[in-house]
Amino acid sequence: MTALPAAGPRTRPAESPGLRMRTLPVGDHGLLVELDSGAAVEALHAELLRRAAAGLLPATREIVPAARTVLIDGLAEPERFAAELTGWDIPPATRSGAQTLEVPVRYDGPDLADVAELWGVTPEEVVRIHSGTEFRVAFCGFAPGFGYLTGLPERYHVPRRATPRTRLPVGSVALAGPYTGVYPRSSPGGWQLLGTTDAVLWDASREPAALFAPGTLVRFVPQPFDPHPEAAQ
Amino acid sequence: MTDRAFAVVRAGALTTVQDLGRAGHAHLGVPRSGALDADAHRLANRLVGNGPEAATLETTVTGCAVRMRSAGTVAVTGAPCPVTVDGRPAPWGAPVHVPADAVLEVGTAAYGLRSYLAFAGGIEAEPVLGSRATDLLSGLGPDPLSDGAVLPLGTPGAPVPAADAVPHAGPARELVLPVRLGPRDDWFTVAGLRTLLTGVWRVSSASNRIGLRTEGPSLERARDGELPSEGMALGAVQVPPNGLPVLFLADHPTTGGYPVIGVVRESALSAAAQAAPGTPVRFVRAHSGF
Repeated sequence: MTALPAAGPRTRPAESPGLRMRTLPVGDHGLLVELDSGAAVEALHAELLRRAAAGLLPATREIVPAARTVLIDGLAEPERFAAELTGWDIPPATRSGAQTLEVPVRYDGPDLADVAELWGVTPEEVVRIHSGTEFRVAFCGFAPGFGYLTGLPERYHVPRRATPRTRLPVGSVALAGPYTGVYPRSSPGGWQLLGTTDAVLWDASREPAALFAPGTLVRFVPQPFDPHPEAAQ
Repeated sequence: MTDRAFAVVRAGALTTVQDLGRAGHAHLGVPRSGALDADAHRLANRLVGNGPEAATLETTVTGCAVRMRSAGTVAVTGAPCPVTVDGRPAPWGAPVHVPADAVLEVGTAAYGLRSYLAFAGGIEAEPVLGSRATDLLSGLGPDPLSDGAVLPLGTPGAPVPAADAVPHAGPARELVLPVRLGPRDDWFTVAGLRTLLTGVWRVSSASNRIGLRTEGPSLERARDGELPSEGMALGAVQVPPNGLPVLFLADHPTTGGYPVIGVVRESALSAAAQAAPGTPVRFVRAHSGF
């Protein structure tokens, strides 16, 4: 049973108990709030940002959403804040009016065929399904600008590769578990490579530096590419 | 116009530009970074009349040497070490006037690991997200120093104060880390928690700016597997599958999936930054209040 109403209009049952959350101590000034679902994390994170923008949040140093948790660090009185938090009335997150970022992708990754087999579809279907999905940056981590994007239904979740690659090129669009990620720089990694993008995920001299931040909505747009580049050489 | 800068004569084993770091960007995957021994960094700045946010050099064991392009005041704190100006001894832990073209040498640490070299006016490397700190996990900020590199200095502000007497505790025989249990102490058995609070580890030579690694008893887990990725705090004691606690320092990853058994009080992290490989490490329960 989930305490969070399903996605839809911003209404909730009259007797809604609010989000079910568990608050855990993180040192003297931090709090880890554990929730039942990614949707609940999205809702709490949105509420924290709303309250911060309205000046209704005590000073914090970091607010870090993740898969099932939100870390709030730098609180003067974390116990008091934890008590206050449990009394909040938190609406489910809404995405209406939010901009969707379009990221061009050449779906030419070496793992496209393996993913197709895992999904039980053709490689062309993988491209159609992946580019037809609206993703959301659930959280960031691993490297500056690396987002963990959710949106694929559970039947399309895939394991990491048994043997990680020593180098994934910059701009790699890849899958692991429930997530799609885009590598902001070349890196070793065990994710399944679907393709590559020329979008610049991280540029420290740009404002904002990160293309993806928690909450960013993303759609991958297939780009034409030469499937046999070696034949042209 | 005065060329306010210095040239690197000897970069040393690992010398980086550090300040108070770039807190507030962890949600983008950006570590806080900043001086590991923040107390020593602040003191060095104070001795040359800088604010605490001014950038200093953080050396690692073997120090470094720089040639000043213009005369200026510097101070060396942190790990005690010989300090010389053109070969002549100069005080550690006090303001030192260095003439133009003179070579300032920060020698090998007598004990501890990291010395801090502050320049009046601070190092004016290009800031990234509001900080000049070198983040070795994600590669943000200036490159680690290399021989021949030239770094610009800012204009000195406040007059340099009279030399403070710098108290120093001397070499630590052991590193005692006050830890508050949680958030994932329930991933460990009662025996595992007892081991944490009674066991003795040694600082591993695999330690770096990302984390202080340990060798010693393994902490028994109550459950296997990994957590879904969650936010990691500075001072987190993360326990990977080998059961050996890792204390997260300034360049730690912002998220992780290994359980955090407890979090070490931030005021103890400066001492952790100076604990050489082999130093005994104990964890004690932190009580509320300071």
